[in-house]
Amino acid sequence: MNHQDGTQAAHEPGGEEMIQLLTPEGRRTAEGPSAPYAERVAHLDHAALRGLYRDMVLVRRFDDEATALQRQGELGLFPQCLGQEAAQVGSGRALAPQDYVFPSYREHGVAHTRGLDLAQILLQFRGVDHGGWDTEAHNFHLYTLVIGSHTLHATGYAMGVQRDGLVGTGDPERDTAVVAYFGDGSTAQGDVNEALVFAATTNAPVVFFCQNNQWAISEPTSRQSRVPLFHRGRGFGVPSVRVDGNDVLASYAVTAEALERARSGGGPTFVEAYTYRMGAHTTSDDPTRYRSRAQEQEWRERDPIDRLRRHLEAEGAWDESWASDLDAEADAFGERLRAYVRAIEAPPASSMFDTVYASEHGTVTADREWHAQYEAGFADADGDAEIATQGGAR
Amino acid sequence: MPTHQQFRLPDAGEGLTEAEIVQWHVAPGDTVEVNQQLVEIETAKSLVELPCPWAGVVVEILVTEGTTVDVGTPIVVVDTDPDGAPADAGTGDAGAAAGGAATPEPAAQAEGSGAVLVGYGVAGPGGSRRARRSTGAAAPAAAPAAPAAAPAAPAVAPAAAAQPVAPQPAAPAPAVPQPAERALAKPPVRKLARDLGVDLMSVDPTGPGGIVTREDVVAHHERSTARELATYAGDEEPWREGGSVTPDGRQTRVAVRSVRKRTAEAMVASAFTAPHVSVFHTVDVTRTMRLVERLRGDREFADVRVTPLLITAKALLVAVDRHPEINASWDDAAQEIVYKHYVNLGIAAATPRGLVVPNVKDAHRLDLKGLAQGIASLTATARSGRTSPSDMSDGTITITNVGVFGIDTGTPILNPGEAAILAFGAIRQQPWVHKGKIRKRWVTQLALSFDHRLVDGELGSRFLADVARVLEDPAQALVWG
Repeated sequence: MNHQDGTQAAHEPGGEEMIQLLTPEGRRTAEGPSAPYAERVAHLDHAALRGLYRDMVLVRRFDDEATALQRQGELGLFPQCLGQEAAQVGSGRALAPQDYVFPSYREHGVAHTRGLDLAQILLQFRGVDHGGWDTEAHNFHLYTLVIGSHTLHATGYAMGVQRDGLVGTGDPERDTAVVAYFGDGSTAQGDVNEALVFAATTNAPVVFFCQNNQWAISEPTSRQSRVPLFHRGRGFGVPSVRVDGNDVLASYAVTAEALERARSGGGPTFVEAYTYRMGAHTTSDDPTRYRSRAQEQEWRERDPIDRLRRHLEAEGAWDESWASDLDAEADAFGERLRAYVRAIEAPPASSMFDTVYASEHGTVTADREWHAQYEAGFADADGDAEIATQGGAR
Repeated sequence: MPTHQQFRLPDAGEGLTEAEIVQWHVAPGDTVEVNQQLVEIETAKSLVELPCPWAGVVVEILVTEGTTVDVGTPIVVVDTDPDGAPADAGTGDAGAAAGGAATPEPAAQAEGSGAVLVGYGVAGPGGSRRARRSTGAAAPAAAPAAPAAAPAAPAVAPAAAAQPVAPQPAAPAPAVPQPAERALAKPPVRKLARDLGVDLMSVDPTGPGGIVTREDVVAHHERSTARELATYAGDEEPWREGGSVTPDGRQTRVAVRSVRKRTAEAMVASAFTAPHVSVFHTVDVTRTMRLVERLRGDREFADVRVTPLLITAKALLVAVDRHPEINASWDDAAQEIVYKHYVNLGIAAATPRGLVVPNVKDAHRLDLKGLAQGIASLTATARSGRTSPSDMSDGTITITNVGVFGIDTGTPILNPGEAAILAFGAIRQQPWVHKGKIRKRWVTQLALSFDHRLVDGELGSRFLADVARVLEDPAQALVWG
């Protein structure tokens, strides 16, 4: 692939160090550095694999439906996660309920695994809400649009977890990890580098989950780094690994290992999920301007959903009636999304003040009151009158 | 019944104002599914396909290929309940509307932000995009025709360039049969050409692969632009802050904003909903002037300004007390007349930001000194530009003091939501018949405009006569007050 740097093996995209448990053809594999990871997915039976498949299908349906809704003028903007479902669902399903996720803005698959109703994500992209969901209910923070800034929040949160004594207790219900999701472009940001410095030096229980989708909008990874991105983590003294991000099993296994390290007090991990953004950066972008059809086709053959389907079929775990039920479920989901988006009403303006701080805060209270007064000022229309004149005397 | 839904051109990017219809994937009569791709459009940012929001049958294509339309313009009609309709109903409808709808909108005022995300606008030579258009939109035969047309172009160009460029060139350049294809140019160049009124098809392309460059458009425009009219020194400077001078240097154009905009809206709303009647009264106010003089020397009024306006305001309040029906408003929604138990007395004030009409709340409860203080603080606030929306809301009746500008009177327009407004003219010394003799007296004119929906001529006239009566003889206020 011409967009990769020359330091890695050229025969396989991702290089020899990349962890892979499922080949693009849907066959199990566990060679070389991948071998130790096989046991981490050994417990996933056919039902579990079908569960992962269902997750990915529903997320893709969400993606397609939201993209269509944007094109129909129902949403202002939408960033697709098309092609990145395995990296997101695989890693998301490895999380424990008490773990806490800091997403960027494309993590629809992770949101799904956290039990979020994906429809709520569309509140923000319709432009009626700053967030859209209760972060505490899902341990899933709001989408961060500023590139990479939330890796600092994640690291700070992880240091808090550490100080609360929720690391290394040996109690699986209690030990907590924090995951920051971000993209390849973010790794060039100062914030991400600072977060890595703090995480490494404080041994914070945080996993840096970088989805390298090859494109920072129109900038290819090859022009962002002289080394594979996961080498950047090593520079900070953080254990780092590259995983096939289109392989849901490997993504699960690698994340499970990183989470275990974090929860047990072993400190941070940098995961580079090697994947591909099959869609546009956002609905405002036109990828045909900067990348080739051939490259898109090459990655389409590594589609994460097709890959798992081939595996299920080969394993004899594919069930036609189950599959058609899933299609029906996805269709119903799509219809529900359409109806939901068209019926969205703006929440009261006062709600933007409600969750700024955990407790009541003087400045926010003052702001809320000022805003209420300001809004009330428009209640009875401001009238003006007639010919220009002025009060007073002559 | 057929249910016809219009699909309006959405903003496919962020803040885009227009897009070009590149290619329709459907035709009238086609059955469409939800999310089926209807049309390919090109925005300033990208080439995108628009999926259908409904299932149904395409009734009518409203915008032809190659036309640029504003966001929000209906582009296609889909019947979402075709089974309920006889087939001929749909087609008849389409035929009737097609003629008018096919006319392309002139995209004259297109004002794109021009802002794009990083990395855009730098397609490599021979990028995949152009190939995509020619395979999609043009017939195979058109492709070889394009290079052939390029060498031929210089021969026709002088003739075409000598013609003044039409603002909306509808027909392509004459003389040579043009390929049905569009001229090749980047979106910013297309916008420039549109802004300058240059037809891209008539420009000689010099760019690689026969694309029209920015320089080509500018050169073509300069050759074909008429010589500008003689102008005078300083004409290129706008006459108003925030304004811009028109290209011929003869006009300054300023965008309508804030107070000016609200004033305009309020005046239009008032003038065209309330039928206005104005009545006039000329009155001898010599006794009022004496009262003003005396009060100015009164220690109780030492710290407030006593003015004829103050006495007029008081006279108006006395008259309102005698004719409360004037202090009312018309509630069109409820079909009710609302009589106010209180008087919020509006004073129109000219401020640096424009006209504002704050009101003295509960003016009917104030004594003369309180009223003076109320007017003073309200005008001071208005002049410093700090009048709040609540200061201006819920007025019940207004005075406008045109007299300060030396004007005798006028026909004021009602403050929206009120039934009457009093104009107070300049006070002049004039010859006047007083006690049977011609005397030099202080005389002014009053004008009252009222909303004839709820105030009849009798009420308006009696009200104005009472205001005048008090100004003529302030002692009358004792009798009525």
